Amino acid sequence: MTTTPATRGRKIAYALLLTVVCLLVLVPFVWMISSSLKHDNQVFTVPTQWVPREFVWSNYADIWTRIPMLSYLRNSAFLAITISLLQVLTGSFAAYGFAKLRFPGRDWLFLAYLATIAVPWQAYMIPQYLIMEKLGLVNTHLSIILLQAFGAFGVFLMRQYYQSIPDELIEAARIDGLNEYRIWARIMLPLSRPAIASLGLLTFVTTWNDYMGPFIYFTSNELWTVQLGLRSFVGQFDAAYAMIMTGSVISVLPVVLVFLLGQRQFIQGIATSGLKG
Amino acid sequence: MVISTEPAVPAMRTRRPPAPATRARRRTLRSILTGWSFILPNFLGFALLTLVPMVFGLALSFMDWSPWTDEPEWVGLENFERMFRNSTFWIALGNTVYYAVGHIPLTMAVALGLALLLNRSLAGLGFFRTAFFLPYVTSLVAVAVVWNMLFNPTSGPINQFLLALGVDDPPGWTSSTAWAMPAVIVASVWRDMGYYMVLFLAGLQTIPTELYEAAKVDGANAWQRFWNITLPGLRPTTFFVLIMCTVASFKIFDLIVVMTDGGPGRATIVLSQLIYLQGIQEGRFGFASAISLVLFVLVAGFTVLQFQLQRRREAR
Repeated sequence: MTTTPATRGRKIAYALLLTVVCLLVLVPFVWMISSSLKHDNQVFTVPTQWVPREFVWSNYADIWTRIPMLSYLRNSAFLAITISLLQVLTGSFAAYGFAKLRFPGRDWLFLAYLATIAVPWQAYMIPQYLIMEKLGLVNTHLSIILLQAFGAFGVFLMRQYYQSIPDELIEAARIDGLNEYRIWARIMLPLSRPAIASLGLLTFVTTWNDYMGPFIYFTSNELWTVQLGLRSFVGQFDAAYAMIMTGSVISVLPVVLVFLLGQRQFIQGIATSGLKG
Repeated sequence: MVISTEPAVPAMRTRRPPAPATRARRRTLRSILTGWSFILPNFLGFALLTLVPMVFGLALSFMDWSPWTDEPEWVGLENFERMFRNSTFWIALGNTVYYAVGHIPLTMAVALGLALLLNRSLAGLGFFRTAFFLPYVTSLVAVAVVWNMLFNPTSGPINQFLLALGVDDPPGWTSSTAWAMPAVIVASVWRDMGYYMVLFLAGLQTIPTELYEAAKVDGANAWQRFWNITLPGLRPTTFFVLIMCTVASFKIFDLIVVMTDGGPGRATIVLSQLIYLQGIQEGRFGFASAISLVLFVLVAGFTVLQFQLQRRREAR
């Protein structure tokens, strides 16, 4: 391509546009971080101060004593990790059955899975709650684990990926005398590492950020996740603006880190599960 | 968590070579057992907590049941009659539709715009993609809390900006009945755009670049190329995004609960929230299930309608 002044001018204009849009998108993050480093009475000033006049780092030390933040973080991490592991395990196991085994009734069963993806959770959360209550699981971590670990989405995403693995590979393994469980463990699991990473990351982020599930099921404070803790903090101290933003930054940080580390798999997962639906 | 790694088929003791028909039947039985053993660990949880509740919920909407009545009682359409006479139900339905009508086109337009902006080769594009996607991994609670502050009517940065622009009487946002829903919509568009942008980007990459080059040779300008190549090429993606976005919009809950809690008054109360309030807080299981059914019919109806329209468009 030749770099005439016209094309160079257009390139600069494009880069400028991109930067402006990007800054606009990031404004809420800038506000969040900058407010988290202020005193409460400096958060709303006229005109808005985007850079704090005085950096109040102590907010990040004080928050741990103002609310049981550590316990909230621990609960969130426990739930997100357990659910992601279970979802990947049971999801990929079932997906192998759907993608690589032939048996009567398979397609009907898969249709049942698919059909439920479109049904909003709110449409059956009441009976689900009643079942949990009968099982004595309301107000336990187990309720949310059971609720979210067996989603149809995981089965669907893994099956998509398994279908791209050639059948000949599995036929060859069968001829070599491997049974189906070995084939899954030795061949499919190692081959599907990118899909596992996608599903694991997506599940982790969704679980960490979930508000409605824990909101309905957890009543005691010891069980609360970061999201519930943050929400209740806002309700109790609605003028503690700076501290609220400190809490927000802390609640967002782990998930942003996880996302940045596994960004490629994360976006890949969304793009593949999305486009073939 | 129990996952059986042992073959679920008992070892076959063959005394005499079985007749071919029996052997075939055994093989089918074996394949069924193996197949099910893979699906079962996931299916147990799925059946107990998704399939059963779905069917149970449908039945529940025709029953009267609360924690204070021991037995659910069949009441026919009574829940629905009560629902149609309930003013909050109509307000929640209207608000849900209002939210969806605002959220869906705006999110799709912004997501497509961002995707087009990123669909070129330029150093540092990865950074911008990450930046645009970041809101989506941010929790709704944090999103709601931050936007509530940005929208603060007296000294929030948004209204200060509007004042600086010369708007004398900027909106009251979440404290005004007229502006609370637009405020929620803005926050939700900001959060969701990155997700759909990724889908659009993947769709854009399936359009062959030769088409654009040929069009350029033919003298088509950027706008014509967008209209005649990009949009038609994106149609399957757009369709999928529309369905996903619609289902997600009708389910809106978290953002509303944290940002406005349905207020001021009943200005932003939505169906999901009403189901929660009636079913889990008030214990009116049957009545809440009836509202759930309406929500489901709304989502399903819209999805089916979209599929029909899509098919007709393809047939043309």
